[in-house]
Amino acid sequence: MVDMLIMVTINGEAKRFSIAPGDLLLDVLRREAYFGVKRGCETGECGACTVLVNGKPINSCLMFGAQAEGTEILTIEGVAPDGKLDPIQTAFLDHGAVQCGFCTPGMILSARALLAGRPDPTEAEVREALAGNFCRCTGYLKPVEAVLAAAQANREAGLSGARTKSGRSRGQARKRQ
Amino acid sequence: MNSSRSVVGKNLHKVDGYKLVTGRPAFTDDIHIPGMLYGKILPSPHAHARIKHIDTSRAKNLPGVRAVLTYKDVPRVPHTTAGQSWPEPSPYDTYLLDSKMRLVGDRVAAVAAESRAIADEALRLIEVEYEILPSILEIEVAMLEGAPVIHDEPDSTGIHDARHNVAGHILKEIGNVEEGFRESDLVIEHEYRTQRQQHCAIEPHVTISWLDSDDRLVIRTSTQVPYHTRRQVAMILQLPVGRVHVIKPRIGGGFGGKQEMVLEDICGALALATRRPVKIEYTREEEFYMARSRHPQILTIKMGFKRDGTLVANKMSVLATTGAYGSHANTVQGNTGSKVLPIYRTPNMRFECNVVYTNTPVAGAFRGYGCPQGYFAQESVMDEAAHKLGIDPVELRKKNMIRLGDIDALSAELGEGKKGLPRHIRSCGLPECLDRGAAAIDWVRKRKEYSEAALSSRRHDSHLRRGVGVACSMQGSGIAGVDWAAASLKLNEDGSFNLQVGAADLGTGADTVLAQIGAETLGVTLDKMIVYSGDTDFTPFDVGAYASSTTIISGGAVKKAAEKVRAEILRIASKMLETPADNLTCRDNMVVTKCECKKSVSMTDLAYYAMYKEKVQVMENASHWNTDSPPPFCAQFAEVEVDRETGLIRVLHLVTAVDLGVAINPMQAEGQSEGAVAQSLGYGLTEEMVLDEFGRVINPSFLDYKMLGPKDMPKLTTILVETEEPLGPYGAKSISEIPINAPAPAVANAVFHAIGVRFHRLPIRPEDVLLGLREKRAC
Repeated sequence: MVDMLIMVTINGEAKRFSIAPGDLLLDVLRREAYFGVKRGCETGECGACTVLVNGKPINSCLMFGAQAEGTEILTIEGVAPDGKLDPIQTAFLDHGAVQCGFCTPGMILSARALLAGRPDPTEAEVREALAGNFCRCTGYLKPVEAVLAAAQANREAGLSGARTKSGRSRGQARKRQ
Repeated sequence: MNSSRSVVGKNLHKVDGYKLVTGRPAFTDDIHIPGMLYGKILPSPHAHARIKHIDTSRAKNLPGVRAVLTYKDVPRVPHTTAGQSWPEPSPYDTYLLDSKMRLVGDRVAAVAAESRAIADEALRLIEVEYEILPSILEIEVAMLEGAPVIHDEPDSTGIHDARHNVAGHILKEIGNVEEGFRESDLVIEHEYRTQRQQHCAIEPHVTISWLDSDDRLVIRTSTQVPYHTRRQVAMILQLPVGRVHVIKPRIGGGFGGKQEMVLEDICGALALATRRPVKIEYTREEEFYMARSRHPQILTIKMGFKRDGTLVANKMSVLATTGAYGSHANTVQGNTGSKVLPIYRTPNMRFECNVVYTNTPVAGAFRGYGCPQGYFAQESVMDEAAHKLGIDPVELRKKNMIRLGDIDALSAELGEGKKGLPRHIRSCGLPECLDRGAAAIDWVRKRKEYSEAALSSRRHDSHLRRGVGVACSMQGSGIAGVDWAAASLKLNEDGSFNLQVGAADLGTGADTVLAQIGAETLGVTLDKMIVYSGDTDFTPFDVGAYASSTTIISGGAVKKAAEKVRAEILRIASKMLETPADNLTCRDNMVVTKCECKKSVSMTDLAYYAMYKEKVQVMENASHWNTDSPPPFCAQFAEVEVDRETGLIRVLHLVTAVDLGVAINPMQAEGQSEGAVAQSLGYGLTEEMVLDEFGRVINPSFLDYKMLGPKDMPKLTTILVETEEPLGPYGAKSISEIPINAPAPAVANAVFHAIGVRFHRLPIRPEDVLLGLREKRAC
């Protein structure tokens, strides 16, 4: 099989990968040692392989590596650069939202995409955002609590920059696009 | 419970939490080994067949294929895949590779190739001619005279009656149940059916195996039972135990599905054949065909009561299938008797079961281990009895439940595949579980209100009905007289400790809980504990993660080892501080005097003194086992809303009040409970592996096998009812399994309260509700 070159930005770093045309993004990422991208079903049902492509959560098992050409990808390895945890990660630890941890990277990335556009989500919105991430350990209560707590921590730290009412509606508009 | 404790009882972060939230490579498959091959197994397309002819030459000649193994190439060693203590109580009826296929998905051949694509292609090139045999797919026909014999091979052992496809049989009676039924004012008898549920750990089974530089076979694998796996693989591959090294990294969930040697033997065989590293990972579809599931059961239960609600006799007969192989056949079904019936006192109990082979997916250990089936039946009958006797369901349970100081005689009869040990109740919070759970769901008010609403809304013909229901359960904490564990502790210069345990954290938080027990005993903070677990070369023995044993058994070993290390530390500190050791205690990472003189030495200074002045390694190990299995207790309450037009059951609120002894880490304990509840609600309402007439799983994906997702879950309330268990470390019992037992029957009972229809089969689907309502109207 003829290899092809793709250029992608992963966790802020420009990368060039030689891939086969049929390679799944999941396989490309794991081959390149982004092991936080997990293989749970390969059919887009479990969400363990979730990464953010241009800010949107996608199942990397449903995307060809070739389709990632020119995109910006965020994997769990890029969520805590320099070891400083994202408030979502801290909240997952504080709230006991991690059990086996296999679905955790996908959940954290889905939550991150949610909070980027929706800094003050309702519980129902959090559950909707996590609906693509199966977890067999937690029953989802603690992950949901963790995401809500992280949203609050973000707002208190002023990180989201969207604490006003208008900021919130802008967030909603982005989310609905 | 004890406020003087500084580590035990605290909601501390998981010791492995940081690496998990940052996605560090910690799981079995998170490594690249140069030259690693991909292994694949050719699954049988037939439920029951014999290989007449198999030709692997075309597969072997495919470029990139390094090995193709069939039954002709490997040793034939009867064994069980059940990861249990030696000698395993499960029959030795399984072979690494065999010429007979006993289920769709049975192993025909295995290949190792340079890539996954080549391995897949090689499977297609294996030519097999089968003699298709009549198969058994239904439980009821397995024992009939003239039924096909699934295990007709002469070399299997431990099968109860191979000619009639009976893997295991149990019959125990205490008192005289027939006498009891004659004395009863109310006798209820029903048949209940439970389905095949799968564990669905998000990490599939995966194993990587290679030969190290000493030619020892290394197996890095997603297992709950590293030590049992080492022993079993060594036996099957005919290696000395010492030539096998099993490593358990982080595990992506197990729930019993990884208390089973599913891949390690064949992966090891391929590594030996190729002398290359080999990885085998199940696809999600293969998980459904080739991994394990919960034993389906047909339970007939008969319970007799006096008019005042006193239980007089309880008789349960179980016909279960273990699928094509007898993994955990006897012990799971034994548990259905020994951990279900005794929760209610009665002098007359009888438990009988037959566990039969069928040409269906293999059953095995699954969280709850026989209890969810039994409790569905028993708690349904309890609810019906309460209704018929006009007694509140909570009160009927309180009247009959096992109490502090009781000795349960049935468990003495039903041990791990043989006679067991009597169960003494030394701690029991069940009354408090019932009271606090009832308060949390507003039991009294809602029972009344919804009953009245059902009557009045009939006039308005509202299609929505609400109800509340309750169910109770108990479990065990380790297998009495069988489970044991060891732990090793070593002091380092900086006052940290290496805690080495054979225990297998599979996401349950075991490493954290064990470290908390060690840190509490040594008077140090949790960050001083460096935990390493589940490695047969570098950690001492542990039976592994099952039977709710880790906190009580492995935790007991850690506490003992820590007490020994503590004594050694005090001896050294006594020299350094020139005061008797009994005047010293460990706290806040120091050794301090108890008297007014307030002398102290830091753990760091003490470690340097020990290592470089005394030249002694402070290091101890300890082993631990119990002669009893203290049961945790649980009361679970469900509130449901039933749509009488669509048949949809919506669970609104699920309350779990659980007596787990002392919670070592309450937050992690709650998480165990919430996860178990989610699995049980799936068991009750949506989850079922469905087979077609050829024995094929027709829903082998998460799209078609419905687990509950974040939007499907009801409001959850978890109440930890702490008691002090004398046999547990710091009073702990167990939590991981028990909350899976009763949510399904609690929901079924709530549905009855809502619409007056009883269900005798799980899962309760919308079509079952509509059918039930139609039958009720017809009556």
